[in-house]
Amino acid sequence: MKWETVIGLEIHAQLATKSKIFSGASTAYGAEPNTQACAIDLGMPGTLPVLNEQAVRFAVKFGLAIGAHIAPYSVFARKNYFYPDLPKGYQTSQFDKPIVGLGQLDIEVGGETKTIGVTRAHLEEDAGKSLHEDYHGMTGIDLNRAGTPLLEIVSEPDMRSAAEAVAYVKKLHTLVQYLGICDGSMQEGSFRCDVNVSVRPVGQEEFGTRAEIKNLNSFRFIEKAIAHEVERQIDVIDSGGKVVQETRLYDANKDETRSMRSKEEANDYRYFPCPDLLPVEITSSLLDEMRDSLPELPAAKKQRFQQQYGLSAYDSEVLTTQRAMADYYEDAVNFSDGEAKLVANWVMGELSAALNQHNVDIVNSPVSAERLGGLVKRIADQTISGKIAKQVLELMWSSEHSADELIEREGLKQISDTGALEKMIDQLMADNMDQVEQFRAGKTKMIGFFVGQLMKQTQGKANPQELNKLLQSKLKE
Amino acid sequence: MYNKSLKELSASLRNKEISSVELSQYFLARIKHFDGDLNSVITSNEEVALSIAQQADKVIASGGGGLLTGIPLLHKDIFCTQGLRTSCGSKMLDNFVAPYTATAVNQLELAGAVMLGKTNMDEFAMGSSNETSFYGSVKNPWDLDTVPGGSSGGSAAAVAARLAPLASGTDTGGSIRQPAAFCGITGIKPTYGRVSRYGMIAFASSLDQGGAMAKSAEDAAIMLQAMSGFDEKDSTSVDKPVDDLLAGLGDSIKGLTIGLPKEFFTKDLDADIREKVEAAVDAMKSAGANIKEISLPNINLSVPAYYVVAPAECSANLSRFDGVRFGHRCESPKDLEDLYKRSRGEGFGDEVKRRIMIGAYVLSAGYYDAYYKKAQQVRRLIKQDFVEAFKEVDVIASATAPSVAFASGEKKGDPVSMYLSDIFTIGVNLAGLPGMSVPCGFVNNKPVGMQLIGNYFEEARLLNVAHQYQQLTDWHLAVPAGYEQEASA
Repeated sequence: MKWETVIGLEIHAQLATKSKIFSGASTAYGAEPNTQACAIDLGMPGTLPVLNEQAVRFAVKFGLAIGAHIAPYSVFARKNYFYPDLPKGYQTSQFDKPIVGLGQLDIEVGGETKTIGVTRAHLEEDAGKSLHEDYHGMTGIDLNRAGTPLLEIVSEPDMRSAAEAVAYVKKLHTLVQYLGICDGSMQEGSFRCDVNVSVRPVGQEEFGTRAEIKNLNSFRFIEKAIAHEVERQIDVIDSGGKVVQETRLYDANKDETRSMRSKEEANDYRYFPCPDLLPVEITSSLLDEMRDSLPELPAAKKQRFQQQYGLSAYDSEVLTTQRAMADYYEDAVNFSDGEAKLVANWVMGELSAALNQHNVDIVNSPVSAERLGGLVKRIADQTISGKIAKQVLELMWSSEHSADELIEREGLKQISDTGALEKMIDQLMADNMDQVEQFRAGKTKMIGFFVGQLMKQTQGKANPQELNKLLQSKLKE
Repeated sequence: MYNKSLKELSASLRNKEISSVELSQYFLARIKHFDGDLNSVITSNEEVALSIAQQADKVIASGGGGLLTGIPLLHKDIFCTQGLRTSCGSKMLDNFVAPYTATAVNQLELAGAVMLGKTNMDEFAMGSSNETSFYGSVKNPWDLDTVPGGSSGGSAAAVAARLAPLASGTDTGGSIRQPAAFCGITGIKPTYGRVSRYGMIAFASSLDQGGAMAKSAEDAAIMLQAMSGFDEKDSTSVDKPVDDLLAGLGDSIKGLTIGLPKEFFTKDLDADIREKVEAAVDAMKSAGANIKEISLPNINLSVPAYYVVAPAECSANLSRFDGVRFGHRCESPKDLEDLYKRSRGEGFGDEVKRRIMIGAYVLSAGYYDAYYKKAQQVRRLIKQDFVEAFKEVDVIASATAPSVAFASGEKKGDPVSMYLSDIFTIGVNLAGLPGMSVPCGFVNNKPVGMQLIGNYFEEARLLNVAHQYQQLTDWHLAVPAGYEQEASA
């Protein structure tokens, strides 16, 4: 039997607000346990939540970016369950009246564009963290994360392969960072993903029973977990069993999913509207303001890069995946006096390689867009060769100097002076007549020897085009 | 001294007849002397109170401050007070000291009032007789064999016995008004959203409202004035300027229309009480008010609607008491489940458990629509009835409770009969309106209260009517036998 995979995703994006969704405590990552939890976050008796307006604005911004309906009234509800890292015994979340309604997002897989429906997105507070290690049979509770604002983004079951699911997650990941509403850090848990997977025989209308896989904190894990889960479900059905609706946990170490809890064990959350919070009202003036504040979105930027800079679809995609990289690229193009293609190569090539190697984000790049643009300008006007430019980039990495200053200081300027080069060639030929003879006898590859020798003598500074031209004509004399 | 009005007390402080320290000591002595029987005050703030009184004396000496500067008062133990235990009448919070102070308490402190201590209450404000407190029941000073009402019974009994000129209360279904009626004092619950709920331990968030309990409408007005106002820490508090509650107290009520809901004057109402309330209405009529019969057609649904909505909210509000971060934790829990079960099982009393269970039930899957959703619909109908009524009348009058103070233990085993003692007051909370109780006579030597209900944010008019009534009568000045004497210092 041929099987079709059906995938839907729930993504929790931590909103990049300074303070928590219902209190003034900081949301900064990595503080000492329980130092960023105020009386409200601790659920102390008598304390009350006050909604962080910035979280609302971020949610609206997201909704507008995916062309979604923004609810004029949305309502916070209490989701009741007991857990030690849930201080109030309920999570304040939006239930039947979410702030963002139906929207959509286009993905590209294998050269084809597909539209994925976004069912809804709603605001909620995060819980704290239970720390099971280091406490010898006890559990430590860190409530720093409790009350951190989240936007839960729920997709339609529109994806049919792991590749589509990953493309969708990457698209969303890019989008939320573009909008400046989430820092996108999967490692720190700012962007978390739960995947609903089911299989059905090709041609069948009805969906199969789904399993929800939690704890996927990298694109690679998402892909692997889906692949494994699909295989597992098909195995279960093929061996005469039935897939049960359950929550499964992906174990990256063992590369497998295992059952966490089945539907029968699921809680009755007893949702009801939170009486401590008023309905969230979105005025048309706020909508207008948020619409005006939307940045150029990734799809539009990609298209513009192709048109404005004459870049390929692939290059445009790579350069626009991160807003910071796109901004860097455009700045560098400006400083290079418009060397769009060359700058693209350098940003995607040498610069990205260096950033990866040092594990530095492009926003913190030691080489600014201005300095990279200055470097590319010198390649374009043939002051230096590409090879020398790599040396210059390395020097720039550990200094504050501009390309021009470094070229000057290190004497890296390319030798394009025909007279000087001719003199050196004449000398070299005189010293190596054997090789000259060989060349003239038809062994044209021998030109490499001369290029190599001259480059050695000039420490790579000879203008390669010029050198080649001169050598060709002299050797043939 | 104990029966002086706030204005008189304030004048005495300014005239140097007495200092705030002396006044505080005077009432602290009354508490020590009389409260053994009553059990109305469960935590004393004596030391801190005297130093605050000293500060107040300095302010007064420099000619500053206002009517509340240097005036002693008590707070219901539901209001969090930084550095002083806040128990909410529960074993669960017997060890709880909040690191913050409730906004309403804070405002009174800023106005110069001196907190002498915290008053007993039904556990988590759940009760109408003050018999559910972990600290033992409170007795009614008019008859120690009867209950003071609840849940602000400690505050009511203390003010009635003149242990303090003022006390704060909270009212979720009648918890200020019913004990005020049972103890013969004046109590006002303002419009929902008028007094901040921040730092006031929640029972049912959409119904809870703090208010003032005092000897007279004028004193209550002074206290409520200081407690009221928008608080950015409470999203449900209303950003609307507070009216001057004192300016219009002296206005004539001539021409005002007072509505009598026919649903509140049926044979269910004790005939003697009815007679007292009707006499009070006659007195207002003689002062020029128009009396009009009105109807609140859905008001008889208020008790069932309330006992769905309030437990539902309480079931979630009390989930935070899990033994993890504060409050009671059981001895050496085996595991997480054991920690939850025993901490909560030991920490909460029966009435609280009963309401948590009702609440969890009405919110559970499959029952939500039939109970919670339906109750909210009924709530809207009840509110609409009041909105219609206030198109025709300025103030609504009724009895505050269907009976006078009942005997201790009488209704303890019969929750439904207990719940029905709030039958006249609950609708006001469901609608979010301001309501008050004013003493209007005695039946069998037990005080009777008249309830007055006002339109939204018309606390000033409500207090004006009550004050004018108290100009015509002196029921509010009566002091229970035995408490007229001075405490032997």
